[in-house]
Amino acid sequence: MATETGPVAAPGKGGDGDASKIIRFEKVVKRFGDNVVLRELDFDVSPGERVALIGPSGSGKTTILRLLMTLEKLNGGVIWVSGDPLSHMRKGDQLVTADEKHLRQVRQTIGMVFQQFNLFPNMNVLRNVTEAPIHVKGVARDEAETKARDLLNLVDLGDKYDAHPSQLSGGQQQRVAIARALAMEPKILLLDEVTSALDPELVAGVLDVLREIANTTDITMLFVTHEMRFARDVSHRVLMFDQGQIVESGPPDQIFSNPQEQRTRDFLHAIIEER
Amino acid sequence: MSVVLQSFPLLLQGLILTLEITAGGAVLALVLAFLAGLAGTARSRILRAVSRVYVEFFRGSSALVLMFWFFFALPLIGFRFEAVAAAIIALGLNVGAYGGEVVRGAILSIPPAQYEATIALNMSPALRMRRVILPQAWASMLPPFGNLLIELLKATAVAALITINELTFVGQQQRAATGESLPIYTTVLFMYFVVAQVLIFGMRRLELRTARSLGRAPAARRGRRPALAGVGDGGGSGGVG
Repeated sequence: MATETGPVAAPGKGGDGDASKIIRFEKVVKRFGDNVVLRELDFDVSPGERVALIGPSGSGKTTILRLLMTLEKLNGGVIWVSGDPLSHMRKGDQLVTADEKHLRQVRQTIGMVFQQFNLFPNMNVLRNVTEAPIHVKGVARDEAETKARDLLNLVDLGDKYDAHPSQLSGGQQQRVAIARALAMEPKILLLDEVTSALDPELVAGVLDVLREIANTTDITMLFVTHEMRFARDVSHRVLMFDQGQIVESGPPDQIFSNPQEQRTRDFLHAIIEER
Repeated sequence: MSVVLQSFPLLLQGLILTLEITAGGAVLALVLAFLAGLAGTARSRILRAVSRVYVEFFRGSSALVLMFWFFFALPLIGFRFEAVAAAIIALGLNVGAYGGEVVRGAILSIPPAQYEATIALNMSPALRMRRVILPQAWASMLPPFGNLLIELLKATAVAALITINELTFVGQQQRAATGESLPIYTTVLFMYFVVAQVLIFGMRRLELRTARSLGRAPAARRGRRPALAGVGDGGGSGGVG
Protein backbone atom coordinates (compact mmCIF):
# COMPACT_ATOMS: atom_id res chain seq x y z
CA MET A 1 0.00 0.00 0.00
CA ALA A 2 1.44 3.33 1.01
CA THR A 3 5.03 3.15 0.01
CA GLU A 4 6.96 6.03 1.36
CA THR A 5 6.41 9.09 3.47
CA GLY A 6 7.36 11.85 1.15
CA PRO A 7 8.94 15.09 2.21
CA VAL A 8 6.24 17.35 3.49
CA ALA A 9 5.30 19.66 0.72
CA ALA A 10 5.59 23.35 1.25
CA PRO A 11 2.46 24.70 -0.40
CA GLY A 12 2.41 28.00 -2.18
CA LYS A 13 0.36 29.74 0.44
CA GLY A 14 -0.52 28.56 3.92
CA GLY A 15 -3.31 26.34 2.70
CA ASP A 16 -5.60 27.92 0.19
CA GLY A 17 -7.98 25.14 -0.67
CA ASP A 18 -10.25 26.69 -3.24
CA ALA A 19 -13.58 25.33 -2.01
CA SER A 20 -15.30 25.91 -5.35
CA LYS A 21 -13.24 23.01 -6.66
CA ILE A 22 -14.03 19.67 -5.09
CA ILE A 23 -10.66 18.24 -6.12
CA ARG A 24 -7.48 20.12 -6.77
CA PHE A 25 -4.07 18.67 -7.53
CA GLU A 26 -1.26 21.14 -6.91
CA LYS A 27 2.16 20.19 -8.27
CA VAL A 28 1.58 16.58 -7.25
CA VAL A 29 4.59 14.30 -7.54
CA LYS A 30 4.46 10.55 -7.15
CA ARG A 31 7.40 8.23 -7.55
CA PHE A 32 7.74 4.50 -7.23
CA GLY A 33 11.43 4.14 -6.59
CA ASP A 34 13.19 5.82 -9.50
CA ASN A 35 10.10 5.72 -11.63
CA VAL A 36 8.38 9.11 -11.62
CA VAL A 37 4.72 8.37 -12.20
CA LEU A 38 3.31 11.87 -11.74
CA ARG A 39 5.44 14.91 -12.32
CA GLU A 40 4.15 18.14 -10.79
CA LEU A 41 0.63 17.42 -11.88
CA ASP A 42 -1.92 20.24 -11.66
CA PHE A 43 -5.60 19.84 -12.34
CA ASP A 44 -8.92 20.43 -10.69
CA VAL A 45 -12.44 19.10 -10.75
CA SER A 46 -15.67 20.98 -10.08
CA PRO A 47 -18.42 19.55 -7.89
CA GLY A 48 -20.68 17.25 -9.88
CA GLU A 49 -18.24 17.06 -12.76
CA ARG A 50 -17.57 13.72 -14.39
CA VAL A 51 -14.02 13.35 -15.62
CA ALA A 52 -12.65 10.53 -17.75
CA LEU A 53 -8.95 9.77 -17.44
CA ILE A 54 -7.60 8.10 -20.54
CA GLY A 55 -4.15 7.29 -21.78
CA PRO A 56 -1.71 4.45 -22.23
CA SER A 57 -1.06 2.13 -19.30
CA GLY A 58 1.67 3.35 -17.03
CA SER A 59 0.69 6.96 -17.66
CA GLY A 60 -0.34 7.49 -14.03
CA LYS A 61 -4.14 7.46 -14.31
CA THR A 62 -4.76 4.80 -11.71
CA THR A 63 -2.20 6.42 -9.43
CA ILE A 64 -4.32 9.57 -9.39
CA LEU A 65 -7.30 7.62 -8.12
CA ARG A 66 -5.18 5.73 -5.60
CA LEU A 67 -3.73 8.97 -4.27
CA LEU A 68 -7.22 10.40 -3.87
CA MET A 69 -8.33 7.27 -2.00
CA THR A 70 -5.23 7.64 0.24
CA LEU A 71 -4.01 4.21 -0.85
CA GLU A 72 -0.72 5.81 -1.84
CA LYS A 73 1.28 8.61 -0.29
CA LEU A 74 2.39 11.47 -2.45
CA ASN A 75 6.01 12.53 -2.73
CA GLY A 76 5.39 16.18 -3.36
CA GLY A 77 2.68 18.77 -3.81
CA VAL A 78 -0.74 18.90 -2.21
CA ILE A 79 -4.10 17.39 -3.04
CA TRP A 80 -7.12 19.41 -1.90
CA VAL A 81 -10.56 17.90 -1.47
CA SER A 82 -13.38 20.38 -0.84
CA GLY A 83 -10.78 22.91 0.23
CA ASP A 84 -9.11 20.62 2.76
CA PRO A 85 -5.68 19.11 2.25
CA LEU A 86 -6.06 15.37 1.72
CA SER A 87 -2.89 13.78 2.96
CA HIS A 88 -1.71 16.77 4.90
CA MET A 89 -3.22 18.62 7.81
CA ARG A 90 -2.88 22.16 8.93
CA LYS A 91 -0.58 22.89 11.82
CA GLY A 92 -0.37 26.61 12.36
CA ASP A 93 0.13 27.92 8.85
CA GLN A 94 2.08 24.86 7.76
CA LEU A 95 0.98 21.61 6.28
CA VAL A 96 2.24 18.42 7.88
CA THR A 97 1.67 14.80 6.96
CA ALA A 98 -1.81 13.74 7.98
CA ASP A 99 -2.42 11.28 10.77
CA GLU A 100 -4.92 8.41 10.68
CA LYS A 101 -7.63 10.57 12.25
CA HIS A 102 -7.34 13.21 9.56
CA LEU A 103 -7.29 10.59 6.82
CA ARG A 104 -10.47 9.02 8.15
CA GLN A 105 -12.07 12.45 8.22
CA VAL A 106 -11.26 13.30 4.60
CA ARG A 107 -11.99 9.80 3.30
CA GLN A 108 -15.63 10.13 4.33
CA THR A 109 -16.56 11.90 1.14
CA ILE A 110 -14.71 9.58 -1.24
CA GLY A 111 -15.66 6.15 -2.51
CA MET A 112 -13.88 3.83 -4.90
CA VAL A 113 -14.70 0.89 -7.12
CA PHE A 114 -11.79 -1.34 -8.05
CA GLN A 115 -10.87 -3.23 -11.15
CA GLN A 116 -11.01 -6.54 -9.26
CA PHE A 117 -14.19 -5.73 -7.27
CA ASN A 118 -12.57 -6.61 -3.93
CA LEU A 119 -15.79 -7.75 -2.30
CA PHE A 120 -15.47 -9.28 1.16
CA PRO A 121 -15.71 -13.07 0.70
CA ASN A 122 -16.70 -13.58 4.33
CA MET A 123 -19.99 -11.71 3.84
CA ASN A 124 -23.02 -12.16 1.67
CA VAL A 125 -24.05 -9.49 -0.82
CA LEU A 126 -26.29 -7.56 1.55
CA ARG A 127 -23.69 -7.49 4.31
CA ASN A 128 -21.02 -6.36 1.89
CA VAL A 129 -23.18 -3.31 1.27
CA THR A 130 -24.35 -2.67 4.83
CA GLU A 131 -21.09 -3.36 6.66
CA ALA A 132 -19.51 0.07 6.39
CA PRO A 133 -22.69 2.15 6.83
CA ILE A 134 -23.48 0.26 10.04
CA HIS A 135 -20.02 -0.03 11.53
CA VAL A 136 -18.31 3.07 10.17
CA LYS A 137 -21.13 5.60 9.96
CA GLY A 138 -23.26 4.15 12.74
CA VAL A 139 -26.40 3.86 10.65
CA ALA A 140 -29.12 1.71 12.26
CA ARG A 141 -29.20 -1.79 10.83
CA ASP A 142 -32.79 -1.56 9.54
CA GLU A 143 -32.11 1.68 7.82
CA ALA A 144 -28.84 0.42 6.32
CA GLU A 145 -30.52 -2.71 5.01
CA THR A 146 -33.39 -0.80 3.45
CA LYS A 147 -30.94 1.49 1.74
CA ALA A 148 -28.79 -1.44 0.65
CA ARG A 149 -31.80 -3.18 -0.89
CA ASP A 150 -32.67 -0.01 -2.80
CA LEU A 151 -29.11 0.22 -4.09
CA LEU A 152 -29.00 -3.46 -5.02
CA ASN A 153 -32.26 -2.99 -6.91
CA LEU A 154 -30.71 0.00 -8.64
CA VAL A 155 -27.80 -2.14 -9.83
CA ASP A 156 -30.26 -4.82 -10.89
CA LEU A 157 -29.38 -7.37 -8.22
CA GLY A 158 -32.65 -7.29 -6.33
CA ASP A 159 -32.71 -11.08 -6.16
CA LYS A 160 -29.17 -11.59 -4.89
CA TYR A 161 -29.23 -10.15 -1.35
CA ASP A 162 -28.35 -13.47 0.25
CA ALA A 163 -25.99 -14.69 -2.42
CA HIS A 164 -22.35 -15.17 -1.70
CA PRO A 165 -19.90 -13.11 -3.80
CA SER A 166 -18.38 -16.30 -5.19
CA GLN A 167 -21.77 -17.30 -6.60
CA LEU A 168 -21.93 -14.17 -8.73
CA SER A 169 -20.48 -13.42 -12.13
CA GLY A 170 -17.79 -10.78 -12.41
CA GLY A 171 -20.29 -8.28 -13.69
CA GLN A 172 -22.63 -8.95 -10.80
CA GLN A 173 -19.77 -8.68 -8.31
CA GLN A 174 -18.78 -5.37 -9.78
CA ARG A 175 -22.33 -4.08 -9.49
CA VAL A 176 -22.36 -5.10 -5.83
CA ALA A 177 -19.10 -3.20 -5.42
CA ILE A 178 -20.73 -0.13 -6.96
CA ALA A 179 -23.69 -0.45 -4.58
CA ARG A 180 -21.28 -0.89 -1.69
CA ALA A 181 -19.43 2.30 -2.57
CA LEU A 182 -22.67 4.26 -3.03
CA ALA A 183 -24.02 3.07 0.32
CA MET A 184 -21.47 5.34 1.99
CA GLU A 185 -22.98 8.31 0.15
CA PRO A 186 -19.71 9.63 -1.23
CA LYS A 187 -19.50 13.02 -2.88
CA ILE A 188 -16.71 11.72 -5.07
CA LEU A 189 -16.75 8.32 -6.73
CA LEU A 190 -13.52 6.91 -8.16
CA LEU A 191 -13.83 4.17 -10.75
CA ASP A 192 -10.64 2.35 -11.59
CA GLU A 193 -10.99 0.43 -14.86
CA VAL A 194 -14.11 -1.16 -13.46
CA THR A 195 -14.87 -3.19 -16.57
CA SER A 196 -11.33 -4.31 -17.44
CA ALA A 197 -11.56 -7.57 -15.53
CA LEU A 198 -14.93 -8.53 -17.00
CA ASP A 199 -15.84 -10.84 -19.83
CA PRO A 200 -16.99 -8.74 -22.79
CA GLU A 201 -20.63 -9.74 -22.47
CA LEU A 202 -20.75 -8.49 -18.87
CA VAL A 203 -19.36 -5.03 -19.54
CA ALA A 204 -22.59 -3.48 -20.78
CA GLY A 205 -24.51 -4.27 -17.60
CA VAL A 206 -21.96 -2.49 -15.44
CA LEU A 207 -21.71 0.50 -17.74
CA ASP A 208 -25.50 0.82 -17.86
CA VAL A 209 -25.57 1.02 -14.08
CA LEU A 210 -22.90 3.70 -14.10
CA ARG A 211 -24.75 5.66 -16.79
CA GLU A 212 -27.84 5.57 -14.65
CA ILE A 213 -25.93 6.80 -11.62
CA ALA A 214 -24.38 9.56 -13.70
CA ASN A 215 -27.79 10.61 -14.98
CA THR A 216 -29.64 10.51 -11.69
CA THR A 217 -27.12 11.81 -9.15
CA ASP A 218 -24.75 14.73 -8.86
CA ILE A 219 -21.85 12.65 -7.58
CA THR A 220 -18.50 13.84 -8.82
CA MET A 221 -16.98 11.00 -10.79
CA LEU A 222 -13.43 10.33 -11.84
CA PHE A 223 -13.00 7.29 -13.96
CA VAL A 224 -10.08 5.57 -15.54
CA THR A 225 -11.37 3.64 -18.50
CA HIS A 226 -10.58 2.10 -21.83
CA GLU A 227 -14.25 2.18 -22.80
CA MET A 228 -14.11 5.20 -25.06
CA ARG A 229 -17.77 5.23 -25.93
CA PHE A 230 -18.67 5.21 -22.26
CA ALA A 231 -16.20 8.02 -21.60
CA ARG A 232 -17.73 9.99 -24.43
CA ASP A 233 -21.31 9.44 -23.26
CA VAL A 234 -20.87 10.09 -19.59
CA SER A 235 -18.02 12.49 -19.03
CA HIS A 236 -18.07 16.27 -19.02
CA ARG A 237 -14.37 16.38 -19.59
CA VAL A 238 -11.67 14.03 -20.77
CA LEU A 239 -8.07 14.17 -19.59
CA MET A 240 -5.55 12.46 -21.83
CA PHE A 241 -2.50 11.35 -19.86
CA ASP A 242 0.92 10.33 -20.97
CA GLN A 243 4.01 9.85 -18.83
CA GLY A 244 2.51 11.37 -15.72
CA GLN A 245 1.28 14.54 -17.33
CA ILE A 246 -1.89 15.77 -18.94
CA VAL A 247 -1.30 15.89 -22.68
CA GLU A 248 -4.69 17.17 -23.63
CA SER A 249 -7.86 18.14 -21.84
CA GLY A 250 -11.26 19.02 -23.18
CA PRO A 251 -14.89 18.09 -23.65
CA PRO A 252 -15.37 14.56 -24.97
CA ASP A 253 -16.58 15.71 -28.38
CA GLN A 254 -13.40 17.60 -28.96
CA ILE A 255 -11.06 14.91 -27.63
CA PHE A 256 -12.67 12.07 -29.54
CA SER A 257 -13.63 13.87 -32.75
CA ASN A 258 -10.96 16.43 -33.10
CA PRO A 259 -7.95 15.73 -30.89
CA GLN A 260 -5.32 18.44 -31.03
CA GLU A 261 -2.33 16.44 -29.91
CA GLN A 262 -0.55 13.78 -31.90
CA ARG A 263 -0.18 11.57 -28.84
CA THR A 264 -3.94 11.65 -28.26
CA ARG A 265 -4.56 10.73 -31.88
CA ASP A 266 -2.07 7.88 -31.67
CA PHE A 267 -3.60 6.58 -28.47
CA LEU A 268 -7.17 6.72 -29.75
CA HIS A 269 -6.11 5.12 -32.96
CA ALA A 270 -4.40 2.28 -31.08
CA ILE A 271 -7.48 1.74 -28.92
CA ILE A 272 -9.74 1.51 -31.95
CA GLU A 273 -7.36 -0.89 -33.66
CA GLU A 274 -7.44 -3.06 -30.58
CA ARG A 275 -11.23 -3.44 -30.59
CA MET B 1 -7.67 -58.82 28.98
CA SER B 2 -8.91 -58.78 32.55
CA VAL B 3 -5.96 -56.56 33.43
CA VAL B 4 -7.22 -53.98 31.00
CA LEU B 5 -10.75 -54.21 32.36
CA GLN B 6 -9.45 -53.75 35.89
CA SER B 7 -7.29 -50.80 35.01
CA PHE B 8 -9.74 -49.22 32.64
CA PRO B 9 -11.64 -47.01 35.11
CA LEU B 10 -8.36 -45.61 36.42
CA LEU B 11 -7.01 -45.08 32.91
CA LEU B 12 -10.26 -43.32 32.05
CA GLN B 13 -9.76 -40.98 35.00
CA GLY B 14 -6.26 -40.31 33.75
CA LEU B 15 -7.66 -39.62 30.33
CA ILE B 16 -10.08 -37.07 31.74
CA LEU B 17 -7.22 -35.19 33.35
CA THR B 18 -5.32 -35.39 30.06
CA LEU B 19 -8.33 -33.84 28.33
CA GLU B 20 -8.54 -31.11 30.95
CA ILE B 21 -4.89 -30.18 30.50
CA THR B 22 -5.32 -30.29 26.72
CA ALA B 23 -8.38 -28.05 26.88
CA GLY B 24 -6.77 -25.60 29.31
CA GLY B 25 -3.56 -25.50 27.29
CA ALA B 26 -5.51 -25.03 24.05
CA VAL B 27 -7.51 -22.09 25.40
CA LEU B 28 -4.40 -20.40 26.75
CA ALA B 29 -2.48 -21.15 23.54
CA LEU B 30 -5.29 -19.77 21.39
CA VAL B 31 -5.43 -16.51 23.33
CA LEU B 32 -1.64 -16.16 23.26
CA ALA B 33 -1.51 -17.07 19.57
CA PHE B 34 -3.94 -14.28 18.68
CA LEU B 35 -2.17 -11.77 20.91
CA ALA B 36 1.22 -12.69 19.46
CA GLY B 37 -0.08 -12.86 15.89
CA LEU B 38 -1.87 -9.50 16.07
CA ALA B 39 1.09 -7.85 17.79
CA GLY B 40 3.34 -9.44 15.18
CA THR B 41 1.48 -7.66 12.38
CA ALA B 42 0.95 -4.38 14.25
CA ARG B 43 2.29 -1.12 12.95
CA SER B 44 4.02 -0.41 16.26
CA ARG B 45 7.59 -1.58 16.27
CA ILE B 46 7.47 -2.16 20.02
CA LEU B 47 4.49 -4.51 19.74
CA ARG B 48 6.18 -6.41 16.96
CA ALA B 49 9.33 -6.74 19.04
CA VAL B 50 7.41 -8.01 22.06
CA SER B 51 5.66 -10.56 19.87
CA ARG B 52 8.98 -11.63 18.34
CA VAL B 53 10.61 -12.14 21.72
CA TYR B 54 7.67 -14.16 23.03
CA VAL B 55 7.47 -16.36 19.95
CA GLU B 56 11.18 -17.03 19.66
CA PHE B 57 11.67 -17.63 23.36
CA PHE B 58 8.84 -20.06 23.88
CA ARG B 59 9.17 -21.74 20.52
CA GLY B 60 12.80 -22.32 21.30
CA SER B 61 12.38 -23.63 24.82
CA SER B 62 11.40 -27.15 25.79
CA ALA B 63 7.87 -27.57 27.12
CA LEU B 64 9.16 -30.13 29.58
CA VAL B 65 11.83 -27.86 31.01
CA LEU B 66 9.34 -25.03 31.13
CA MET B 67 6.99 -27.21 33.14
CA PHE B 68 9.78 -28.15 35.55
CA TRP B 69 10.63 -24.51 35.86
CA PHE B 70 7.07 -23.51 36.76
CA PHE B 71 6.61 -26.44 39.12
CA PHE B 72 10.00 -26.81 40.79
CA ALA B 73 11.89 -23.54 40.25
CA LEU B 74 9.31 -20.81 40.68
CA PRO B 75 8.22 -21.98 44.14
CA LEU B 76 11.80 -21.29 45.28
CA ILE B 77 11.20 -17.59 44.67
CA GLY B 78 7.77 -17.67 46.19
CA PHE B 79 5.40 -18.48 43.30
CA ARG B 80 3.68 -21.76 43.89
CA PHE B 81 1.59 -23.39 41.18
CA GLU B 82 -0.69 -26.38 41.30
CA ALA B 83 0.88 -29.11 39.16
CA VAL B 84 -2.01 -28.98 36.66
CA ALA B 85 -1.76 -25.19 36.42
CA ALA B 86 1.99 -25.45 35.82
CA ALA B 87 1.37 -27.97 33.05
CA ILE B 88 -1.32 -25.84 31.40
CA ILE B 89 0.77 -22.68 31.55
CA ALA B 90 3.91 -24.36 30.24
CA LEU B 91 2.12 -26.09 27.36
CA GLY B 92 -0.04 -23.03 26.59
CA LEU B 93 3.01 -20.77 26.37
CA ASN B 94 4.84 -23.23 24.16
CA VAL B 95 2.01 -24.04 21.75
CA GLY B 96 0.85 -20.40 21.79
CA ALA B 97 4.23 -19.38 20.40
CA TYR B 98 3.79 -21.70 17.43
CA GLY B 99 0.20 -20.54 17.08
CA GLY B 100 1.34 -16.92 17.02
CA GLU B 101 3.27 -17.62 13.85
CA VAL B 102 0.22 -19.32 12.36
CA VAL B 103 -1.95 -16.28 13.10
CA ARG B 104 0.65 -13.85 11.80
CA GLY B 105 1.13 -15.83 8.59
CA ALA B 106 -2.61 -16.12 8.03
CA ILE B 107 -3.13 -12.38 8.46
CA LEU B 108 -0.29 -11.64 6.05
CA SER B 109 -1.79 -14.02 3.48
CA ILE B 110 -4.88 -11.83 3.02
CA PRO B 111 -4.48 -9.99 -0.30
CA PRO B 112 -3.68 -6.26 -0.10
CA ALA B 113 -6.78 -5.64 -2.20
CA GLN B 114 -8.91 -6.52 0.82
CA TYR B 115 -7.12 -3.89 2.89
CA GLU B 116 -7.64 -1.36 0.13
CA ALA B 117 -11.34 -2.11 -0.02
CA THR B 118 -11.63 -1.40 3.71
CA ILE B 119 -9.76 1.88 3.33
CA ALA B 120 -12.09 2.89 0.52
CA LEU B 121 -14.97 2.25 2.95
CA ASN B 122 -13.20 4.29 5.62
CA MET B 123 -12.98 1.45 8.11
CA SER B 124 -10.77 1.88 11.15
CA PRO B 125 -7.84 -0.53 11.46
CA ALA B 126 -9.55 -2.31 14.37
CA LEU B 127 -12.81 -2.74 12.48
CA ARG B 128 -10.95 -3.94 9.40
CA MET B 129 -9.12 -6.57 11.41
CA ARG B 130 -12.20 -7.75 13.29
CA ARG B 131 -14.74 -7.84 10.49
CA VAL B 132 -12.75 -8.44 7.33
CA ILE B 133 -9.20 -9.72 7.83
CA LEU B 134 -9.52 -12.15 10.75
CA PRO B 135 -12.67 -13.89 9.50
CA GLN B 136 -10.85 -14.64 6.25
CA ALA B 137 -7.52 -15.46 7.90
CA TRP B 138 -9.32 -17.86 10.25
CA ALA B 139 -9.84 -20.26 7.37
CA SER B 140 -6.13 -20.64 6.75
CA MET B 141 -5.36 -20.84 10.47
CA LEU B 142 -7.52 -23.91 11.04
CA PRO B 143 -5.43 -26.67 9.41
CA PRO B 144 -2.22 -25.72 11.27
CA PHE B 145 -4.24 -25.17 14.44
CA GLY B 146 -5.49 -28.74 14.07
CA ASN B 147 -1.91 -29.98 13.96
CA LEU B 148 -0.98 -27.94 17.00
CA LEU B 149 -3.96 -29.28 18.92
CA ILE B 150 -2.84 -32.86 18.30
CA GLU B 151 0.72 -31.95 19.26
CA LEU B 152 -0.63 -30.41 22.44
CA LEU B 153 -2.64 -33.51 23.29
CA LYS B 154 0.42 -35.70 22.94
CA ALA B 155 2.65 -33.25 24.79
CA THR B 156 0.44 -33.49 27.88
CA ALA B 157 2.11 -36.86 28.49
CA VAL B 158 5.14 -35.03 29.88
CA ALA B 159 2.92 -33.78 32.72
CA ALA B 160 3.40 -37.27 34.17
CA LEU B 161 6.86 -36.08 35.16
CA ILE B 162 5.51 -33.50 37.58
CA THR B 163 3.33 -36.07 39.37
CA ILE B 164 0.09 -35.29 37.56
CA ASN B 165 -1.89 -38.51 37.29
CA GLU B 166 -2.93 -37.99 33.72
CA LEU B 167 -3.24 -40.86 31.24
CA THR B 168 0.46 -41.66 30.78
CA PHE B 169 1.13 -41.43 34.50
CA VAL B 170 -1.77 -43.75 35.34
CA GLY B 171 -0.56 -46.10 32.62
CA GLN B 172 2.89 -46.28 34.25
CA GLN B 173 1.32 -46.86 37.64
CA GLN B 174 -0.88 -49.66 36.36
CA ARG B 175 2.00 -51.29 34.56
CA ALA B 176 4.08 -51.19 37.74
CA ALA B 177 1.18 -52.57 39.77
CA THR B 178 0.27 -55.36 37.34
CA GLY B 179 3.48 -56.00 35.43
CA GLU B 180 1.38 -56.22 32.25
CA SER B 181 3.17 -53.78 29.99
CA LEU B 182 1.71 -54.87 26.67
CA PRO B 183 -2.04 -54.62 27.36
CA ILE B 184 -1.72 -51.48 29.49
CA TYR B 185 0.45 -49.49 27.08
CA THR B 186 -1.57 -50.70 24.11
CA THR B 187 -4.71 -49.40 25.77
CA VAL B 188 -3.03 -46.08 26.55
CA LEU B 189 -1.81 -45.74 22.98
CA PHE B 190 -5.28 -46.50 21.69
CA MET B 191 -6.87 -43.94 23.99
CA TYR B 192 -4.59 -41.15 22.72
CA PHE B 193 -5.33 -42.26 19.19
CA VAL B 194 -9.10 -42.19 19.64
CA VAL B 195 -9.04 -38.75 21.23
CA ALA B 196 -6.80 -37.47 18.45
CA GLN B 197 -9.23 -38.83 15.86
CA VAL B 198 -12.13 -37.07 17.55
CA LEU B 199 -10.18 -33.80 17.61
CA ILE B 200 -9.19 -34.17 13.95
CA PHE B 201 -12.80 -34.87 13.02
CA GLY B 202 -13.96 -31.77 14.89
CA MET B 203 -11.32 -29.59 13.25
CA ARG B 204 -12.23 -30.92 9.79
CA ARG B 205 -15.86 -30.01 10.39
CA LEU B 206 -14.83 -26.54 11.47
CA GLU B 207 -12.59 -26.16 8.40
CA LEU B 208 -15.40 -27.18 6.09
CA ARG B 209 -17.87 -24.84 7.70
CA THR B 210 -15.45 -21.96 7.54
CA ALA B 211 -14.54 -22.67 3.92
CA ARG B 212 -18.21 -22.70 3.04
CA SER B 213 -18.84 -19.40 4.81
CA LEU B 214 -16.14 -17.90 2.59
CA GLY B 215 -17.78 -19.38 -0.49
CA ARG B 216 -14.97 -21.80 -1.11
CA ALA B 217 -15.67 -25.22 -2.48
CA PRO B 218 -15.48 -27.84 0.25
CA ALA B 219 -12.26 -29.21 -1.18
CA ALA B 220 -10.66 -30.13 2.12
CA ARG B 221 -12.31 -33.50 2.18
CA ARG B 222 -10.66 -35.34 -0.69
CA GLY B 223 -7.19 -34.39 0.37
CA ARG B 224 -7.19 -31.43 -1.97
CA ARG B 225 -6.02 -28.31 -0.27
CA PRO B 226 -8.56 -25.52 -0.02
CA ALA B 227 -7.49 -22.57 -2.12
CA LEU B 228 -5.98 -19.90 0.07
CA ALA B 229 -7.05 -16.99 -2.05
CA GLY B 230 -10.82 -17.17 -2.21
CA VAL B 231 -12.74 -17.16 -5.41
CA GLY B 232 -14.34 -13.79 -5.01
CA ASP B 233 -11.75 -11.71 -3.31
CA GLY B 234 -9.79 -10.51 -6.28
CA GLY B 235 -6.10 -10.40 -6.78
CA GLY B 236 -3.72 -7.57 -7.44
CA SER B 237 -4.25 -3.98 -6.63
CA GLY B 238 -4.19 -2.40 -10.02
CA GLY B 239 -0.70 -0.94 -10.13
CA VAL B 240 0.16 2.24 -11.88
CA GLY B 241 -2.37 2.21 -14.68
